[in-house]
Amino acid sequence: MDVLTPRSLEQALRLKAERPDAVPIQGGTDVMVELNFDRARPAALLNLNEVAELRGWSRQNGRVWLGSGLTYAEAMERPLAEALPALAEAARTVGGPQIRNRGTIGGNLGTASPAGDALPPLLVCGAEVKIASVRGERIVPLPDFVVGPKRNVLAEDELILGVSVGGTESRQTFMKVGPRNAMVIAVVSLAVRVDGDLRAAFGSAGPVPTLVRAGLGDVDSFPQRVAEAASPIDDVRGTASYRRHALRILTRRALDRCLV
Amino acid sequence: MRIELSVNGEPCEADVWEGESLLYALRERLGLPGSKNACEQGECGSCSVLLDGKLVCACLVLAAQAEGHEIVTVEGLAEDGRLHKVQEAFVAAGAVQCGFCTPGLVVATADLLARNVYPSDDDIREALSGNLCRCTGYAKIFDAVRMAAASL
Ligand SMILES: Cc1cc2nc3c(=O)[nH]c(=O)nc-3n(C[C@H](O)[C@H](O)[C@H](O)COP(=O)(O)OP(=O)(O)OC[C@H]3O[C@@H](n4cnc5c(N)ncnc54)[C@H](O)[C@@H]3O)c2cc1C
Ligand code: FES
Ligand code: FES
Repeated sequence: MDVLTPRSLEQALRLKAERPDAVPIQGGTDVMVELNFDRARPAALLNLNEVAELRGWSRQNGRVWLGSGLTYAEAMERPLAEALPALAEAARTVGGPQIRNRGTIGGNLGTASPAGDALPPLLVCGAEVKIASVRGERIVPLPDFVVGPKRNVLAEDELILGVSVGGTESRQTFMKVGPRNAMVIAVVSLAVRVDGDLRAAFGSAGPVPTLVRAGLGDVDSFPQRVAEAASPIDDVRGTASYRRHALRILTRRALDRCLV
Repeated sequence: MRIELSVNGEPCEADVWEGESLLYALRERLGLPGSKNACEQGECGSCSVLLDGKLVCACLVLAAQAEGHEIVTVEGLAEDGRLHKVQEAFVAAGAVQCGFCTPGLVVATADLLARNVYPSDDDIREALSGNLCRCTGYAKIFDAVRMAAASL
């Protein structure tokens, strides 16, 4: 196995083009579990921790840019937490402090799990994923980026640079159901945003996190519509019917929070 | 591959396998078995260390990612042969039974108290939510954290 540690974005993209088999690693909170349990033995790892261009966040023409290396702990800090409150609330539910200090938004996109907690808040805020390779850059709306459970549209020479999100300072919230308040994979999760229209996005209730939209006049029927948009399964964490039920209740509560 | 890093204030070098964790490197290459290996998947916190001052699970950091960075392990908390206040409080409060979770909890508590000198019970609960203990039921651990906070 080789470990490649680029010191700049340009170098990172060049290495990824030369070694498309290299698995990117940022916080390692998904990749290391695979390595430690011998479930993956990639020919190379591309350590992105030293690429300064992937870190941090900034404001850009009314939108917010989140570098792929932004950690959950950073997303919980003001003033970013005030600009994107649902993302901050979601970040606070991820793992425990040790996981939030390392785990990144880019890693959550890379893993593209149906339960990825950053994804519903990003969906309701109209996130666009910026991807790059030596061939150039492209922007993919988040709903088109995740194409199946743990599958995304990245080509083998591409890296995630970050995401651009709107909806800052709008009324938004995040909720997650699990057996305890820390260290849980969501049984279901939900982000809701009210800002000109109603938007909800759920996790762990279908093959991919999914966005549902309706007009402001549809407040009463919205919880039912969100529950109907889900295609949950029975698994060790919960049953399909419980997940649908929980989504309906959570949507109602989230709307109450956002409409006060 | 060879990596250079700082551990507990000392520059050091280790020959590591490319795919191994920082936890393995600390325990098996650098002779620092204080950080414990229980789950290797970030669930238990017994491998907690500080990486550039941030609390992390050493089992989820690739050893090669620590190159050029500063690590503090539980072995680095005592000063001049005297236990850290958090360690003293864990002993005094009877917060240690089998002791397997203790190094991780001590590092996580030291990290909490470095940021928050007057933690509420909720602050403590949240700060230690990534650390599991199978023996104590946590009550004595909470006593130890409150005792350490009072002594700082
Ligand atoms: C104990 C524990 C608890 C957890 N709890 C939660 C939880 O509550 N909610 C949740 O959503 N997740 C949880 N996770 C999963 C994980 O922490 C998240 O998915 C996290 O966002 C991954 O980020 P990372 O930087 O650690 O990713 P890494 O492990 O470094 O990478 C993850 C994936 O993304 C790819 N990747 C990373 N960066 C890039 C890039 N720039 N370009 C292209 N591909 C890239 C990697 O190749 C890999 O496939 C938990 C994990 C653990 C171990
Ligand atoms: S051994 Fe690292 S968290 Fe359990
Ligand atoms: S004292 Fe035994 S696991 Fe905590």
